[in-house]
Amino acid sequence: MATSAPLPPVPGAHPSTDTVAAKLKRKLVSLVQPTVLLGPAGIWLFLLLVVPTLMILELSLIPGFRPGEPAGAYGLGNYTKIFELIDGQPIYLWVIARSVLFSVGSMLICLFLGFPVAYWIAIMAPKRWQNLLLVSFVLPLWTSSLLRSYAWITILRPTGVLNSLLGVFNLPPVDILNTQTAVMIGLAYNYLPYMVLILYSSLEKLDRRLLEAASDLGATPQQGFWKVTVPQTLPGIAAGCLLVFITNLGDFVVPELLGGASSMTMARLVYNQFLGATRNWGFGSGLSMLLILGVSIAIALLLKYGDQKAEDF
Amino acid sequence: MTLPHPLVKFRPSWQLILTLLMFVFMYLPVLVLAFFSFNASPFSAGWGGFSLKWYAKMISDGRMLSALQDSLLVAFLAVMISAVLGTLMAVGLARYKFPGKGLYQGMSYLPLIIPDIAIAVATLVFLASLAIPLSLWTVVAAHVVFCISYIALVISTRLTGLNQHLEEAALDLGATPQQAFIKVLLPQLMPAIISGCLLSFVLSMDDLLISNFTAGGGTTTLPMEIFSRVRTGVKPDINALSVVLILGSGILAFAAEYIRFKGDQQQLGK
Repeated sequence: MATSAPLPPVPGAHPSTDTVAAKLKRKLVSLVQPTVLLGPAGIWLFLLLVVPTLMILELSLIPGFRPGEPAGAYGLGNYTKIFELIDGQPIYLWVIARSVLFSVGSMLICLFLGFPVAYWIAIMAPKRWQNLLLVSFVLPLWTSSLLRSYAWITILRPTGVLNSLLGVFNLPPVDILNTQTAVMIGLAYNYLPYMVLILYSSLEKLDRRLLEAASDLGATPQQGFWKVTVPQTLPGIAAGCLLVFITNLGDFVVPELLGGASSMTMARLVYNQFLGATRNWGFGSGLSMLLILGVSIAIALLLKYGDQKAEDF
Repeated sequence: MTLPHPLVKFRPSWQLILTLLMFVFMYLPVLVLAFFSFNASPFSAGWGGFSLKWYAKMISDGRMLSALQDSLLVAFLAVMISAVLGTLMAVGLARYKFPGKGLYQGMSYLPLIIPDIAIAVATLVFLASLAIPLSLWTVVAAHVVFCISYIALVISTRLTGLNQHLEEAALDLGATPQQAFIKVLLPQLMPAIISGCLLSFVLSMDDLLISNFTAGGGTTTLPMEIFSRVRTGVKPDINALSVVLILGSGILAFAAEYIRFKGDQQQLGK
């Protein structure tokens, strides 16, 4: 299956004495190395990722499948259930719409807050501090999002830090925890470093001579920014937005901890179908496939329009 | 983000001010946790004096300690397995062209792209359909999936900038492929391997969803334990634990970035 480029000569094989057996042996020997290198990880990922995902695809086509019950006939019931009305409300459609709105909203907040930060670090900060500044800004990304969301509970809850602060200034308290506002804050907080990281890698590559040329030709800094910087970083902006959108869409912890009952999202609904009381694995699988579909669309857009180098983070 | 603003001519620029504000925004929640973790009062609304009692409580919390033990064991085993498999995979992908390579490469990126919840339920369905009993080992197996991807990604980035002639020279000088791999390639890759291991260790320690779906009754990782407690409200001893864990992850991630940075610098210097 594998053809290698620079392989060492096989000992004992000589072109003039080639027989079918020797050729076959050489072919086999040349397959040993690639198999050893690529085989184990390939098998592991195939068995524990590809096969399970195909199983979810199959379950999603068995309407109302529940563990321990005999599987029914194939059908699209799990997908049509999404349009079901409960008490006259299309609640599942609302869940999907809410997930998308949360993701888009948080993506936009991240873009508008993250761009100036990335711009300052990449263009305006002293060169020798850039790496350190970037790493320190991105460091929270590596700490548990569960704990960082928990930290926001201590800030946003009715007797939390925010209301204590408001009290100091004699302002009326706000009740943000368990609202959709809290989810937006939490999501934007969680993924802002991600956006900054991707925008930075794009801004860092910016050809500044073009900016100088623009300014020599009489462009104001604003014109230079909008006509040179933004167009050049557009692939990075697209990559940042799409990757933040993807991670937001699948996020479970933030809406679960900060959103309360008003913020049911797709990830939470999937969780509940599998570990909650309903145990409707079929419907859960359908929703899960929908989530994967949404992410796949975003990835396809990313491959088409985005800065693919940015994916390396 | 736009420049049309009169302040732009003066220092400090508004971008600097916004960046500073965003730094505060990023670190404030963690500082709030740290502040309350030293608060003697059990109600984190007011200050009741300095105290280390929540840290003492954390250390004597048996369930927390056994969860920590499970987490460390899972992360350690998953990273060990992934370090070997991920390194081999990255080297293999850099070295060979074969039919279906695009698919293989796509598969290696999947764990980084597919939402955790989708991976978690898929793994649960897989294990259930094969009637494999859930245990600590199933958690390890599931964690290896995303750790492999991560380690391979970090190593691939380094491999693209690597001097391949060194390994060829070793082969020309009579080294066996194994010798060339171990004595020439591996040392060159070491910074990336260590950095990838540290980062995936942190990812494994922080994972909630995949552990939650693949752990049997006898296994509870730290995030699972924290999640089940946090759902019912703010607990002062969780503040202390959070501070310790966030510091731990932060230090490991910083070390990983530093090692990777130094490794790349060395590479450029040659």
